[in-house]
Amino acid sequence: MSSASQANANYKNAEKKTDYWALFAKFAPLIFLIILVIGFGIANDRFLSTRNMLNILTEVSIYGLLAVGMTFVILTAGIDLSVGSLLALCGMSAAWVATGGGGGGFGAAEAGYGWGLALATALGVGLFAGCIQGYAIAHFKIPAFVVTLGGMSIYRGLTLLIGDGGPISGFDGVYRSFGRGDILGIPVPAIFFVLIASAAALTLKFTNFGRHVYAVGGNEEAANLAGINVEKTLMGVYIMIGVLAGLAGFILTARLNSAEATAGMSYELRVIASVVIGGTSLFGGIGTIAGTIIGALTIGVLINGLVMLNIQSYWQLIIVGFIIVVAVGFDSFVKARSGGKG
Amino acid sequence: MIKLKGIGKFFPGVVALDGVNLSVGKGEVHALLGENGAGKSTLLKILSGAQPADTGTIEFDGQVQHFHTPQDAQEAGIATIYQEFTLFPDMSIADNIFAGREVHSGGFFIDHSAMRKAAKAVTDKLGIEMNPATKVRDLSVGEQQLVEIARALTMDAKLIIMDEPTAALSRREIEQLQSIIADLKAEGVSVIIVTHRLNEVFECCDRYTILRDGQFITSGRVDDVDEDQIISMMVGRSMESLFERRASQAPGDVVLEIENLTNQSSLAAAAVVLKKISMTAAAGEIVGLAGLVGAGRTDLARTLFGAPLGTTGDIRINGEPVSIQNSLDAIKAGIALVPEDRKAQGLFLDLSCKHNVSVSNLGRISSNGFINEKAENALVDSYIDALNVRLANKDQPIKTLSGGNQQKLLLARWMATNPKVLIVDEPTRGVDIGAKVEVHRLLFEMAKSGVAVIVISSELPEILSVSDRIYTFCEGRLTGEFHQTEANEEQLMRYMSPSILSQTGASEDLTLAVAN
Repeated sequence: MSSASQANANYKNAEKKTDYWALFAKFAPLIFLIILVIGFGIANDRFLSTRNMLNILTEVSIYGLLAVGMTFVILTAGIDLSVGSLLALCGMSAAWVATGGGGGGFGAAEAGYGWGLALATALGVGLFAGCIQGYAIAHFKIPAFVVTLGGMSIYRGLTLLIGDGGPISGFDGVYRSFGRGDILGIPVPAIFFVLIASAAALTLKFTNFGRHVYAVGGNEEAANLAGINVEKTLMGVYIMIGVLAGLAGFILTARLNSAEATAGMSYELRVIASVVIGGTSLFGGIGTIAGTIIGALTIGVLINGLVMLNIQSYWQLIIVGFIIVVAVGFDSFVKARSGGKG
Repeated sequence: MIKLKGIGKFFPGVVALDGVNLSVGKGEVHALLGENGAGKSTLLKILSGAQPADTGTIEFDGQVQHFHTPQDAQEAGIATIYQEFTLFPDMSIADNIFAGREVHSGGFFIDHSAMRKAAKAVTDKLGIEMNPATKVRDLSVGEQQLVEIARALTMDAKLIIMDEPTAALSRREIEQLQSIIADLKAEGVSVIIVTHRLNEVFECCDRYTILRDGQFITSGRVDDVDEDQIISMMVGRSMESLFERRASQAPGDVVLEIENLTNQSSLAAAAVVLKKISMTAAAGEIVGLAGLVGAGRTDLARTLFGAPLGTTGDIRINGEPVSIQNSLDAIKAGIALVPEDRKAQGLFLDLSCKHNVSVSNLGRISSNGFINEKAENALVDSYIDALNVRLANKDQPIKTLSGGNQQKLLLARWMATNPKVLIVDEPTRGVDIGAKVEVHRLLFEMAKSGVAVIVISSELPEILSVSDRIYTFCEGRLTGEFHQTEANEEQLMRYMSPSILSQTGASEDLTLAVAN
């Protein structure tokens, strides 16, 4: 009994010590985001205008969809470097279908197959790519880094092939409304983002699949011994991010009324940064969708704000890179502080 | 040569070593003996500089030493051969032997040919007929062990410490090693050997020191004692008094039957191949599996929980043959496994206590893939209460709990699956005495409720106190079966040591030595 109560006392002490840091770590990204918004708002009064806010929201929504998928992937201790290329490929495929098989040029929409089939194509291509990558990673145990690095190159090449190196442009009104429309003043992309992010958050919290994702990322061997189908879980997350890349690709082409071969270039950086800034551990098992949303907003605000302050766009890359390192460094620091005694 | 006096090492809540003395003369081969958990490993870590001692003095070669790092100890002339390999698998034999002490020519470039020549000289001496340029990855486990030994030999150490050096060696390799030890002795090098194979103590050691529960027990000349005396000194009586033997109860119907279970190849993690294991476990019965590390107990458990390719033999649950390819099959068949390494194989350290318990029970608390939180909370709360788990909040990460409470939650996870067979591998490793008693109580309750419980433990007092029936394992074989009333530690120890295999003229078909 005495040793037990002593252990309890020890535990209580440990809790007191970690609480402060853990709490700070939990809210640090949100605090940083609020500081950024206030800072940019003071620096430029147009920054806080409704128009600009909605503009940021639309921007964020597109790669935010990818970040939601990436959260699942990183929670399983995986990574997907191919998201930017896959987004471009899905968008290009949709555009190809919408314009009637690569007729290209403006005014070809009448000859195309319509937005429905185009959307199905984008989602289908994403699903297919996700299946293949997921199978390679889950079944053949090829490192996700390698599989998706290969995918990154393959999808970009396919995108260039389909578009013959150039863009495919000019879609019908419904198609365009996926990127440009609004419902009650809220941009359609943002509506998609909010719905899907909410569904994803609920999935993580309240479904068996969500639990399995955390478990596989937390300790793959233990997950296997606990009776979790690790292979199926991994397949699931890569398929999910593939489909989300399809949707994001479709929305992006709709917004631009054009599928660009260079769309989504270096998106993987933004997307991974969003997830990591949001507190998701690259080692898997720890992270939330809410964190990722804050991370994505942080990057969106940063990019938009820097543009508004007329700071050369090269600085975006430098600052985003910096923040990734600081965010992860801070996280490791906090973990070391809270005595990561396992 | 080396003299340790009053060495103590204290971890929070645990006394690992207390007042341990050890002295080894020049050119002496000294056996350090004790059961698992007696403190041998801790003592070796102190000797090799991996951990500082909290109390006591180390006198080496006439000087009082304070080793802060393994480098300190190496420079002083102590080489350690660890039980776990510390080799670089993708480097050559020669590079491994000289890792960190590379031979240079002209001060900058590594002189590969000189290193290979030197490596060849020492490996020849050890009887490894291998090109020193061969990658270590391509060697057998025994050969890798010899490379470790070769590395220590080239350090020109005055004292060589060997932790279970023969665990992975073949008979021929062991003889080779023993002749090397004899050479070292002749050269005036001192050797400390930790081993579970007592016959080796008599074959090559001069003196012995026995530790038990972190205490120094005795020390003396090997010639003055026999194997039985050493065993009784190692085992002692202190632990036994802690655990009351459970009154044996009449077992119910046989739940688990294993017949001729054999692995063609070893599991990836271990070098043990099961050979024709046949055993049973009945409802309400606690069956203990005793054996040295690597005897095949854990491998049997893992085979029951997802057989590796090339496993033959039959497994029946309640008389029905079952095919178990993976852990899902095992769980469906009603088998639960609380694995040996709690942190690596059992827990999700960053996840909450609640999620750690419910993870294997999601099917019962969810519908259409959605978890019913109320049902989940009720399930987890009921086990936290029943198992008397001490925690502030079931949503706190499980890593913040003590080992004993972690283990209870892991047991809760598997108890909640309503298993027919519950296998617990080292159920009380690293938990304090109080929690140990509670874990045992839980196992008794599980058995009482009609579950066939299989307990694997390296601690014989534990096996003896909880089991109704005990099987002994050695080198992948089942060597004996004992009923609780007939078993004692000396006897089990004898049936766990490799000499039993030669005594009974064991071949592939070992006749079971049944004690009743």
